[in-house]
Amino acid sequence: MVGLATVFGAGGGTTSYREVEETDLILLWGSNAREAHPIFFHHVLKAVHRGARLMAVDPRRTTSAEWADLWLGLDVGADIALANTVAREIVSQGLHNTTFIEHATTGFDEYRASIEPWTLERGERVTGVPADAIRELAHAYAKADRAVLCWTLGITEHHNAVDNVLALINLALLTGHVGRYGSGLSPLRGQNNVQGGGDMGAIPNKLPGFQDIEKDLEARARFEAAWGVPIQPKRGWHLSEMFERCGSVIRALYVIGENPATSEADTTRATGLLAELDCLIVQDIFMTKTAEMADVVLPASVSAIESEGTVTNSERRVQRVRKALDPPGNARDDMWIIAQLAGRLGFDWGEVTAESAWDELRSLSPMHRGMSYGRLEELGGIQWPCPDEDHPGTLFLHGRLWLDPPEQGPLAPLSVVEWEPPVDELTDDFPIRLTTGRRLTDFNTGVQTARFSSPLRRGETIDVSPEDAASLGVSEGERVRVTSRRGSVEVPVHVDPGLRPGLTFMTLHFPDEAQTNLLTVDAWDPKSGTSEFKATAVRIERLEQPVEA
Amino acid sequence: MDLHLLAATPTEEERVAVDAVLGSPETAWVGGERAPVDGHVARGGREARDRRHLLLPALHALQASAGWISEGGLNYVAARLTVPPAEAYGVATFYAMFSTTPSPPRVLHVCDDIACRTQGAVQLCAELERSLGPEGHGDAWTWRRSPCLGLCERAPAALLQRSGAGAEDVAVAPLGVEHVTALVVDQDVRPSEPVGRSVPQAAEARDTLRLLRRVGIVDPSSLDDYRANGGYLALRRAVELGPEGVIRELKDSKLLGRGGAAFPTGLKWELVAKQAVRPHLFVCNADESEPGTFKDRILLEGDPFAVVEALTIAGYATASERGYVYLRGEYPAALEALARAVDAARARGFLGADVMGEGFAFDVEIRRGAGAYICGEETALFNSIEGKRGEPRNKPPFPVERGLFGKPTGINNVETLVNVLEVLRVGGPAYAGLGTADSTGTRLFCLSGDIERPGVYEVECGTRLGDLLGLAGGVHGGRELKAILLGGAAGGFVGPGDLDVPLSFEGAREAGVTLGSGVVMVFDEDADLVDAVLRIARFFRDESCGQCVPCRVGTVRQEEALHRLVSGRTIGSTADEIELLGQIALVMRDASICGLGQTAASAVQSAISRLGVFA
Repeated sequence: MVGLATVFGAGGGTTSYREVEETDLILLWGSNAREAHPIFFHHVLKAVHRGARLMAVDPRRTTSAEWADLWLGLDVGADIALANTVAREIVSQGLHNTTFIEHATTGFDEYRASIEPWTLERGERVTGVPADAIRELAHAYAKADRAVLCWTLGITEHHNAVDNVLALINLALLTGHVGRYGSGLSPLRGQNNVQGGGDMGAIPNKLPGFQDIEKDLEARARFEAAWGVPIQPKRGWHLSEMFERCGSVIRALYVIGENPATSEADTTRATGLLAELDCLIVQDIFMTKTAEMADVVLPASVSAIESEGTVTNSERRVQRVRKALDPPGNARDDMWIIAQLAGRLGFDWGEVTAESAWDELRSLSPMHRGMSYGRLEELGGIQWPCPDEDHPGTLFLHGRLWLDPPEQGPLAPLSVVEWEPPVDELTDDFPIRLTTGRRLTDFNTGVQTARFSSPLRRGETIDVSPEDAASLGVSEGERVRVTSRRGSVEVPVHVDPGLRPGLTFMTLHFPDEAQTNLLTVDAWDPKSGTSEFKATAVRIERLEQPVEA
Repeated sequence: MDLHLLAATPTEEERVAVDAVLGSPETAWVGGERAPVDGHVARGGREARDRRHLLLPALHALQASAGWISEGGLNYVAARLTVPPAEAYGVATFYAMFSTTPSPPRVLHVCDDIACRTQGAVQLCAELERSLGPEGHGDAWTWRRSPCLGLCERAPAALLQRSGAGAEDVAVAPLGVEHVTALVVDQDVRPSEPVGRSVPQAAEARDTLRLLRRVGIVDPSSLDDYRANGGYLALRRAVELGPEGVIRELKDSKLLGRGGAAFPTGLKWELVAKQAVRPHLFVCNADESEPGTFKDRILLEGDPFAVVEALTIAGYATASERGYVYLRGEYPAALEALARAVDAARARGFLGADVMGEGFAFDVEIRRGAGAYICGEETALFNSIEGKRGEPRNKPPFPVERGLFGKPTGINNVETLVNVLEVLRVGGPAYAGLGTADSTGTRLFCLSGDIERPGVYEVECGTRLGDLLGLAGGVHGGRELKAILLGGAAGGFVGPGDLDVPLSFEGAREAGVTLGSGVVMVFDEDADLVDAVLRIARFFRDESCGQCVPCRVGTVRQEEALHRLVSGRTIGSTADEIELLGQIALVMRDASICGLGQTAASAVQSAISRLGVFA
């Protein structure tokens, strides 16, 4: 989000699902969409069955990678090295789109100089991926008529997440794979409404509609006029920054629909910080681990079925959500709760409905202006930007970059990004790389999925390569102790041939079985606030064998 | 993808057998040993999926190496081709020649189908059961009952399937019970009679033969001999005419397809040639499996170069660069002859990148079926070549638009293709002068059962049934005729009163019968027609692919009702059961998606209505 917003001014996927189906090359980078975004993967499969090529960059050979024409199994955290090597190969072979670069981008010379050291040989040395495979990827991406580059948490859950994203955006800018039908950048979203959250201003430096709180004075004035209060001229804090300040500057925390006691990296530290607060308020539909620590719990409604509103998906399509059931017992609609809270704090908002709140947003956010509830209903959702009620919505973003001259907005900068290895170093004491992710059966910490049974679910395991299983002398299902610099968990072993020696994998789906985030490092990206869940150094030990009775 | 491979591993023999078909695995991701580089790169996707069509050849290799397809072997093939094991299992279990349970290295498949039953197959099987034990038992070898093996002129017939070192299948006909032990234990395989013997006309009336004129004359393994007998003149003529000229001659000849649907061959070729989508493909349907049919086998064994030449002409005329022959799995001798012919033609430049130096490319691949009657249906055949279960597809789209691998595909059976040589030899108009106005040319008929001289006969279309019987010496031993099964199991019975039916498409249609694949199976006065009808019902129940409901259920219900009629334990009256059979027949005919279901009741219905079997 931050990366896209930095380069293009708007933090949204540039393409539509339909374009993914009709593109020529799909590059999944740090995304196991087959399991983590199964619905999106159906669009990918349509393209594949139509004849599009699929390439996957992932440390693990995931089920998505199994579908790919080419899988590049880079070392965890080597994404920038790989992207820069791909870029250098493209440029050195003259495969970059000089017309687009000259027309729509800035900083090419500097960028070119910065990637110069990234020869195929160096790329192979740093990433582990054979040079010929890197070359193949570079040539395929650069030569494709249409190409969509998708990424997700494999890119963003690193201490240098924004740099990772910038490195990928560079590739699209180099080759002109953005702003055209079937060519674009598509960050896949972990929830049905992550995009909507960002759109609504749940980003430290943005007002609703991605209007910058520090730079866009006009927008700030518009909000101040509408709300009758001054808007702070400085950006706020993101989650990781808030946690840094919990118990010191921050004395009270109001948590809505989030379970940081389980989902934050380095759980021990996170729960310790939460405990230091004077007041913890949790508004949720479940009694989560965080809620158990709270001073006040506000039972909320299930947004998907118990309230009216909208969600925005990864292709920027705003869609209506309709209420089907009344919330049970004393549970209340989120909006009602917030309005009541405002009332108690001295602000009478009157009767707030989902539509009245939405119409206020439309009056303040130009990109949402044309999306009345009536039109959302009629058109089956609209993709932003949609500036007026005659506008059909926008299939893909940044087409302006191809116009002559590029209209409405700055050129897209190529960014110089330097590779840095993961923070949590591998040493003799912690020789094994643990990375984390999702499985098809489960979602995040299991709050939404643990109550459903699934024949595919196998509970928490540490997945290891056949070679590591052999050298550790452990077999499928055997419990082992996994220890990082921060903590230790016991968990059964699952042997996965998709892993190579030295690479292991866990999920965070089963906190009751294994608190994976006791192990992870809380190093986070200063720009996005995302923690480096993807790269932890661990060691694995056999538990003492039980003595035969 | 989404491979969930099993832990089972192949034996060394299985691995070698599969690798002989697929080549050695290049990486751990396709079944090889894990190497460090495999942890960092894998290639697959479309390239891997494009190898799916090798599944049947790989399963054949497993079956031949071990006598059955073990879990480890199947798992290895699944890994090699990145086919989910469950899907590979679904394919393996679809075909009768593949066993997914342990099976002895030698299996004698003894035909007990209708033609062989007239020649004592039932008694033969009973004798085998008494002397060797029940079918399917034994460690070193065993025997099993089998549907028609296409050796009806030499009934009773058997096929010895041998696996392990020197794996080779051998057709044995006629099979005497006294041979069996020597055959399966000592593998004392006697040389079969020369194929010319199966063409009785060759002795006295060779000059009347057109399609069969070389059978028994030429050395089927010699390209030179073929050319000395007029071979490859038709291809030369085709090149002179050009693709459009060939199609014009075919249209002038009014040649209709001999596979059963009687579609005009010239029109079919023209439709393929005109398709914008490339590449075009051409398939020779040699999956001759209709009980009582063996004419294509005689052509393939006796004159294989003719099939290769005709297919090359088809490729030339339809702008197809690749041809496939889908050959019935139970035809080992035909496979050998055809494979040798293809190799020889390729070695001499009659196949390849520049055929005969004429500047066009064409090559032929032979694909072996694995024991599934349904694969004679053209779209099921395509699925089988593609490495899938042989289940028919819905039509449209028709093969000329989207056939094999989704590409425009021409498909003709062996007899139709060999007719093309004759059309080009004599010219379209002259060919149209043969036969009747609406059924031009000559046709091959497979005479079997209680006939004096069984074999393949070639007569002009329109010849009367009685005259054809006369050519073959009439009913065996001068006995009385009881019935004739015309057109095979999917055809129908006629009685002694139908001998003046003209053997032409329109003549058969008028008489309410079908010529089908040219089966003329004779039953004499002592024949047990009820037994024949039951066997036909069992055949369809067994061969229904199970994909669409009317056929899957209807063939079972039909057989059940017949058994109730035979045993006398009818539900309601006999008339009620016969009415039920009529209703089942109607549903199968109207609602099945392919010809199998549509014709699965014809023989039964004709036996009831024409012969009054259960009256």
